[in-house]
Amino acid sequence: MPRPVRFNVHPREADIHNNIAIAEMPAGLQGEGFFATSLEKVVGLARKNSIWPLPFATSCCGIEFMATMGSHYDLSRFGSERMGFTPRQCDLIMVMGTISKKMAPILRQVYLQMAEPRWVLAVGACASSGGIFDTYSVLQGIDQVIPVDVYVPGCPPRPEAILDGVLRIQDLVHNESLRRRHSEHYKALLNSYGIQ
Amino acid sequence: MELTNDYIRQRLEEKFGGEVYSFEEPYGMLTFETAKTNNLKVMQFLFDDAELRFQFLTDLTAVHYPNQPGRELAVVYHLHNLVDNVRIRFKVFTAIEQPDVFTATSLYATANWMERETYDFFGVNFVGHPNLKRILNVDEMDYFPMRKEFPLEDQTRIDKDDEMFGRGGSIF
Repeated sequence: MPRPVRFNVHPREADIHNNIAIAEMPAGLQGEGFFATSLEKVVGLARKNSIWPLPFATSCCGIEFMATMGSHYDLSRFGSERMGFTPRQCDLIMVMGTISKKMAPILRQVYLQMAEPRWVLAVGACASSGGIFDTYSVLQGIDQVIPVDVYVPGCPPRPEAILDGVLRIQDLVHNESLRRRHSEHYKALLNSYGIQ
Repeated sequence: MELTNDYIRQRLEEKFGGEVYSFEEPYGMLTFETAKTNNLKVMQFLFDDAELRFQFLTDLTAVHYPNQPGRELAVVYHLHNLVDNVRIRFKVFTAIEQPDVFTATSLYATANWMERETYDFFGVNFVGHPNLKRILNVDEMDYFPMRKEFPLEDQTRIDKDDEMFGRGGSIF
């Protein structure tokens, strides 16, 4: 009994009307043929939905992240289709896994090579606090060398948790003022890490 | 002549007399001790002898015995005769105040990295080593982490809940 073959002679119409997620419109004035809103909101909307992550995966959390990238959890749904394994053009560094004291300068260098605006996501117990490794060789949390925006708990966190972390980052990106990176407060924060 | 533990021991005692001592056979592996000034002579003999031919250094590491005054650090050599598939182990003990042991790099090239690791973790100073610097830990480290005066974990931490890591708390 041969398997019935379906020839593509009647391609199914693509249903684009109910299947595309559309970002919410920012508040503003609209009228006949124009829409006025603040630049900040538009930029925030654009940045939020096109975050390019730089995965810095060193251990098990990195494997969990691979599942997050895969088709089932599909990080690409959030505009993070393009993983850059380079600091060039990336906005979000995702640190996943144990960072040893020997790896810390490399992590810091990668962070410094990213252009502003940049965000940092610490995934899992090790990146956030050193995890179970209270030892001489492990950095007790990456916030000792670079500023962190969002921490994802778990050992390792499930892909849902990593997605949640990305969504929290998106909220930050969305609501960030365009002037934040020039503020005294932000400069003081970077100075506390010795970054000019 | 089959290379048995008794025969190796007999050959060593013929050659070195009382300078090799504390012979044991844990799990069938011949283990003995020698003074730290003799380690190269013993190794050279084991390497060069036409019957013994221990020409492969499997492992070199150290052990810290904090409660043995004057013999705190033991440097352990594991040698392997690849022809007859025989292994032996020997130890030299040194005081922790002056942990100077002669390097085995002239006999075994592999001792280079092993001795760097032993220096890195135990602080054994291998006299004559061509490049004695840390190999695994960061260069800024100012202590030797495998010595037992350092606690395994920082006891003063309050920011980590042991319960979450399956150690201590109510879970055993």
